[in-house]
Amino acid sequence: MNLRRLFLIGTPYLWLLVFFLIPFVIVLKIALSDYAISIPPYTPTLDLSAGWEGVKSFFAALDFENFSFLASDALYWKAYLSSLQIAAISTIITLIVGYPIAYGMAQASDEWRPTLMMLVILPFWTSFLIRIYSWIGILSNEGFLNQLLMWLGIIDTPLTILNTNVAVYVGIVYAYLPFMILPIYAALEKLDGSLIEAAEDLGCSRASAFWLITLPLSKPGVIAGCFLVFIPALGEFVIPSILGGSSTLMIGKVLFEEFFSNRDWPVASAVAVVLLLILIVPIILFQRNEQKQREANQ
Amino acid sequence: MNRRFSWFNATSLTLGFAFLYLPMIILIIFSFNASKLVTVWAGFSTKWYGELLGNQAFLDAAWVTLKVAVLSSTLATVLGTMAAYVLVRAGRFAGRTLFSGMIYAPLVMPEVITGLAMLLLFISIGLDRGVGTIVLAHTTFTMCYVSVVVSSRLVTFDKSLEEAALDLGCTPFDAFRSVTLPIIAPAVISGWLLAFTLSLDDLVISQFAAGPSSTTLPMKIFSSVRLGVSPEINALSTLMISVVTVGVITASLVSKRSIARQRAEEQAAART
Repeated sequence: MNLRRLFLIGTPYLWLLVFFLIPFVIVLKIALSDYAISIPPYTPTLDLSAGWEGVKSFFAALDFENFSFLASDALYWKAYLSSLQIAAISTIITLIVGYPIAYGMAQASDEWRPTLMMLVILPFWTSFLIRIYSWIGILSNEGFLNQLLMWLGIIDTPLTILNTNVAVYVGIVYAYLPFMILPIYAALEKLDGSLIEAAEDLGCSRASAFWLITLPLSKPGVIAGCFLVFIPALGEFVIPSILGGSSTLMIGKVLFEEFFSNRDWPVASAVAVVLLLILIVPIILFQRNEQKQREANQ
Repeated sequence: MNRRFSWFNATSLTLGFAFLYLPMIILIIFSFNASKLVTVWAGFSTKWYGELLGNQAFLDAAWVTLKVAVLSSTLATVLGTMAAYVLVRAGRFAGRTLFSGMIYAPLVMPEVITGLAMLLLFISIGLDRGVGTIVLAHTTFTMCYVSVVVSSRLVTFDKSLEEAALDLGCTPFDAFRSVTLPIIAPAVISGWLLAFTLSLDDLVISQFAAGPSSTTLPMKIFSSVRLGVSPEINALSTLMISVVTVGVITASLVSKRSIARQRAEEQAAART
């Protein structure tokens, strides 16, 4: 292996090892440490400077104390469950909102499509924080939505939406809608129109042609879109802490508060490790779906 | 797919794009509101922009954010382009699976976890937290986005052009500089832009990586948003939205023109 090749491979490799992989090893190590009132606020159970003796005493004293604490305290497993639930419900809503938009885009004329595409991508470039923030003025008690509904005479007293889970759903759907639209649009755009014509010639109604042909053929896009929304929504921190209330339990928020407010690093690290373990399942399923798509395209 | 205009499609597109854009449009309009009440219109005024420009804390945060974004996106573009080149061109080497895993993992990693891991690293190696650590953290997660963008261009690029340059006596570095780089340049530029906006935007990772002395704009916005909506934040948001919109539209026009030019050159080459 020549020097140039070593440099080319080595530089990004070393960077990722130091700043990505090693930090996770440290998280794991601290998750297995004991909490202590000191700086830093934990006592490491693995002492490498003691050499082999240190490693042996580490395994002798190895307990999953922080993890059993997570299991015993209802706050944590409730937060995991509620994150899963919030992420799942908002993924379904995003699908229901996003599918008709992707469908409309796929059927738009050729001159319109690049513009529509640009309009879907543009919000993605705009600050996430600002886009979430913009909903406060809409959803608050004296916000625009309540003003509109009262003006229309639909309600008499303002609805409380901000600082509830409903606001979190709105925020997630809004923030991740482009992630749902784009893969579904990509699947629908490739769809062979003559299949639908054939179905209609053979006596299918438009609705049943959609149900029997369009929907099944767009399934890979739907699956990809659902994972692209579900995975980031699960660990979301910004949306629940800006739009959600004190009763909104999401694991990203719990981790953040455990670290910054309670300063309990070992428990915060254990929360992170468990969240990672939960995320592995959808990530593997997502990659399998992508792999299948790539093979189908070849 | 066969195209059929229908009222259903027109309605779903209109409603969909209204949903995507109305919140931001309302925000922009109300940044010009004379009243401090953010949901009641009281006439046109630009006074919040004036107050914003007079607010030293915001200006300081803006400067930190810009510095971090320029430094980290440039570093991330260099590292990300190298990583993409390794992924697509380097063939087999020891630890390749781990390498590609480390490129793709940050894309799906929740920011709270990346941020926590970074912070724990900085503390355990005794690095003082500040602008430097934010740059390191941002470079690490944005370089992965850059390498995905650049490698998707490298995959479609004809390898024989590089080989021809090597056969004609170019050193590998010269071949990269004078053949590969000009062809993948649009992808490298959009990678840089993506890294830049991601860095500009990032709240969670900065919150972990920043020390008490350095505050970025999103951190500043986040801490004041917790106290409620303020017209100053509306003005700031409007400025940020306009910068990004102008940037994205310019970038897409530039890339459209360079694609058109490339096509014209290819056609000219095919004719001769």
